[in-house]
Amino acid sequence: MSVVDVDLAGAVEGAAAHLYVWSLKDIPQDLRDALADASERETSVTGRRVLSTILRNVEVADTERNLVCQDTGIAVYTCRVGERFPLHPARIYEALKAGTERATLEHPLRSNAVHTITRENTGPNTGHRLPIVHWEFVPDWDGLDVKCVPKGSGSENMSFLKMCVPADGVRGIKQFVLESIVGAGGKPCPPGIVGVGIGGSADYAMYLAKEAIARPIGTRNPDRHVAQLEDELFELLNETGIGPMGLGGDVTVLQCHVEHADTHMTLNPVAVNYQCWAARRATAHVSASGDVEYDREA
Amino acid sequence: MASHRITFPASEADIRELRAGDEVVVDGHIVGIRDRTQIRIFDQGVPPPLDLSGALLLHTAPNVRKVGEGRYEKICIGTTTSARMVRFTEPLGAQYGVRAICGKGGLPDEAIEPMRRLGMVYLAIVGGAAALETTQIEEIEEVAWEELMPECLWKFRVRDFGPLTVGIDSHGSSLYHDVQEQAQERLKEILARI
Ligand code: SF4
Repeated sequence: MSVVDVDLAGAVEGAAAHLYVWSLKDIPQDLRDALADASERETSVTGRRVLSTILRNVEVADTERNLVCQDTGIAVYTCRVGERFPLHPARIYEALKAGTERATLEHPLRSNAVHTITRENTGPNTGHRLPIVHWEFVPDWDGLDVKCVPKGSGSENMSFLKMCVPADGVRGIKQFVLESIVGAGGKPCPPGIVGVGIGGSADYAMYLAKEAIARPIGTRNPDRHVAQLEDELFELLNETGIGPMGLGGDVTVLQCHVEHADTHMTLNPVAVNYQCWAARRATAHVSASGDVEYDREA
Repeated sequence: MASHRITFPASEADIRELRAGDEVVVDGHIVGIRDRTQIRIFDQGVPPPLDLSGALLLHTAPNVRKVGEGRYEKICIGTTTSARMVRFTEPLGAQYGVRAICGKGGLPDEAIEPMRRLGMVYLAIVGGAAALETTQIEEIEEVAWEELMPECLWKFRVRDFGPLTVGIDSHGSSLYHDVQEQAQERLKEILARI
């Protein structure tokens, strides 16, 4: 038993170390396609200049094997843990932390982690409650999926929460999302993915907004009411004219994803979490026997 | 919208040629700077050990590798959000003769007037495009205030640096102001119909 534990912890640590660096260098195909589409449909001169530079940058990152963007972010992982996966989440967390440290020291990557009050560095992209892990537990399964989503500060600083009231309805939700993205302007490196979390509670709405930015572009929420809101917001956000890097243009967002939770009858929370054009993510599928399969597209 | 190639340090005449929306490609030397660097210069009153007259400043905290005493090699150099540092715009121009600031996301409207009066511009880089930016930086020639790492004063030699877009020119025009004003109008119109 203990032998299996050691191997699995090592496998998860290795996976985290690989994912962190890989996600920073090699962005997924759906994002590459969305950026190429954006560059086709953009009509403003400045917008086209920005988008063609972004595409050139992605190519240079590929050929030079360099980071797509210099901000190595805070490491955020999303774990889907099967109920029969033999390593306990407490140990999975330790392994993710060790992997984050290893990647930071070995590459080396810039370490961004500081104590919130003293602003002193707390470790190689780790610290108290860093990295951040989202957990989901899956019945009748013995595997583990780990998705790494390094989150840069330029876009994370453009996060917004509003406790709308039920009388504000869906219109209130739309208005808040639109105002947030217009107010953010060029600061979060548009065009990116707008993640919206609705319902639940204040904290859970923001958690859902973060889940929303980690979805591949082109995926839709399975709830048809929510999917319709995604489509409408996508259209409306692109009508604002903020454009690539906030310099004006047709493409303000690549996609809008909405995640929802049911809520209290007198609550109507809405949270916005922005993900910049460098919407980095990479996944590892870890089997119960410690085999690791990497997946850029999940 | 015109295209320009400018070598920095530059003169006021070079800067006055530029209009909001124009494309600029830069050669020569640029100076990396960030929050803590400017807090030291202005809030703590320590004059910068590098000459900033005619300079283009880049808002950055680079990823570098130390290769010797005071010598560094680039790993990945990108640009940070400028808005946080807007209050330094006027003193940079008035006290040190800075001609241009390069960053991402733009500067708020309070930068427009000093830039007009002092003959300065804001050049917008494509935020996040650090892989490309790194190839355009030929060398890190000098580093001052290493104890602020990575928020030191960096002197970079660059070639074909860009393309940059003139976000705020020295004639009172700001793309950020115009885009925001137009977006607020559109927002009103959208909200009236949803
Ligand atoms: S917002 Fe994103 S693309 Fe822009 S600098 Fe930060 S991490 Fe990079």
